[in-house]
Amino acid sequence: MLGEFIQYLFSGLTNGAIYALVGLGFALIYNASHVINFAQGEFVMLGGMNTVFLMAAGLPMPVAIMLAVIITAIVGLALEKLAVEQTKNATVVTLIIITIGAGIFIRGAAQVMFDKSFHTLPPFSGDAPLNVLGATITPQTLWVLGITIVIVAALQWFFTRTLLGKAVLATSHNPLAARLVGVNVQFILLLSFGLSAALGAIGGVLITPISPTNFEVGIMLGVKGFSAAILGGLGSGFGAIAGGLILGLIEAYTAGYISSNYKDAMAFVVILLVLFFMPSGLFGKRGTDRV
Amino acid sequence: MMRAFLTPRFAGMLALALVIAVLPAVLQNNFQFDIAIRVAFNAIVVIGLNLLIGYTGQISLGHAGFLGLGGYFSAITVTTYGWPPAVAMVVAAVIVGALAFVIARPILRLKGHYLAMATLGLGIIVSIVLNQESWLTGGPDGMSVAPFSIGGYELTTQKQWYWVAGGLLLLATWLSLNLIDSPVGRALRAVHGSEVAAEVVGVDTTRFKVLVFVVSAVFASVVGSLSAHYVMFLSPVYAGFFHSVELVIMVVLGGMASTFGAIIGAAILTSLPQLLTVLEDYEHMIFGLIMMLVMIFLPKGIVPSLQGLLRRGTK
Repeated sequence: MLGEFIQYLFSGLTNGAIYALVGLGFALIYNASHVINFAQGEFVMLGGMNTVFLMAAGLPMPVAIMLAVIITAIVGLALEKLAVEQTKNATVVTLIIITIGAGIFIRGAAQVMFDKSFHTLPPFSGDAPLNVLGATITPQTLWVLGITIVIVAALQWFFTRTLLGKAVLATSHNPLAARLVGVNVQFILLLSFGLSAALGAIGGVLITPISPTNFEVGIMLGVKGFSAAILGGLGSGFGAIAGGLILGLIEAYTAGYISSNYKDAMAFVVILLVLFFMPSGLFGKRGTDRV
Repeated sequence: MMRAFLTPRFAGMLALALVIAVLPAVLQNNFQFDIAIRVAFNAIVVIGLNLLIGYTGQISLGHAGFLGLGGYFSAITVTTYGWPPAVAMVVAAVIVGALAFVIARPILRLKGHYLAMATLGLGIIVSIVLNQESWLTGGPDGMSVAPFSIGGYELTTQKQWYWVAGGLLLLATWLSLNLIDSPVGRALRAVHGSEVAAEVVGVDTTRFKVLVFVVSAVFASVVGSLSAHYVMFLSPVYAGFFHSVELVIMVVLGGMASTFGAIIGAAILTSLPQLLTVLEDYEHMIFGLIMMLVMIFLPKGIVPSLQGLLRRGTK
């Protein structure tokens, strides 16, 4: 009984950690621009697929992973530079549609450059399962959780201890005021896209040894990441992480105890209920409208 | 007397009616008729959705769910239980409208991206149920649907469907234009401009938002029913997340708060993938690229942006 419970706990936390990384990517870009980047899931796909194909080209795994994250970050920068920055007086909705177009473009390109079949990566350190209180846990699970914790700590340091990080925060609070005190808002926006693309790519690399990837996996992962960011409260980094983990746990326990067919549906039912009572998510800012 | 007929509203209706009337002379084969019919169906849904997005500023990322509910209700009651299709269609529209009415109040209290999330969630829940309950819906493989018939007269040829779809499109356009020009329309625009300000001057914003939400859901349900009979097949993809996103793209690409923009958006987004199939593997890449380019260079959407250019040109 306990073994089962712990088993679901770990599988929920593992998926939840990935949702959290994708959700953090949403939060970063949202804070810098109020845009929901619907190509976020595609960054996750690119991380996994690039690593698969770079390794197939003969590169050792660590190099392939590094390159894959860098390539994806460049795609993120290109999206900001070539598309988002080119618009003039565009509303947020228009920008969102541009990111949807970018997502379709990236999926199409991946289908041409890679292929349509499913791929997987070898686990980072073998697949001898560990036994924890009657649950079997693969080492990859620990990698996912460990790296997620490291990334969250690094982001925390970046936003509270570095000038650049504080400039990002300042921009998210008030772009005009940030510009007045000398923050290069355009650069902050560029940085946010690069950073969230890299975050997505890392998530993609981490999850591929556990669940296979193909050119279309980004759609659902993007939706889950968005859900995580909204559930936690849009724009809150802590909220995105909490939202991701909660989402992962709901799915794992629904799949384990109720019905694996309805695990996704249950996650959305819970989100709807939360939003009905807390319209700004669990940790979002309660805003008032100005006329 | 003539003046009244030459308002932009009436001129637009007349132009649309002319296009619908003349088009069959230009269309050469069943394939082209098929695209025209699909354009008309999508345009009706998008006109409804445009009322919600363009005029009240409320987003819905789950509208394909209403299409799916209407479509599956018709498909199941007609094909499995032998209901008359017209009755099924009307009952479906009433049920979907009632459902939209019930969920509208809690959902429309949410704002912006939270509203997007809630509608997205509802849409996905619908499509998951349609996928899982295969005893009723045929599951992911879909189900075949009986043709549409009324009083023993069966709609079979593309031409017949063309006139039905075209006529309904005209009706939907007329309803939409009238709604926009009515006091309700002015209230809606006030809600879009500033909800708080609208409330302060005494507009019952919630009532109007709910009204438009229900209208757009009913439009979708009717099209869902008819479309299922026309294609004679229905699968959960029709109610899926990506279809919902496509509908929103049609609204924004054509031009928000423009009824004719909605029609243009539907026409382009429905026919473009058909034209791009010659590119085979490159289809999606080019499609995504075109979407980005249109939004970068015509950020207000095609119809409003071009109208703006024309106005500047004549000055």
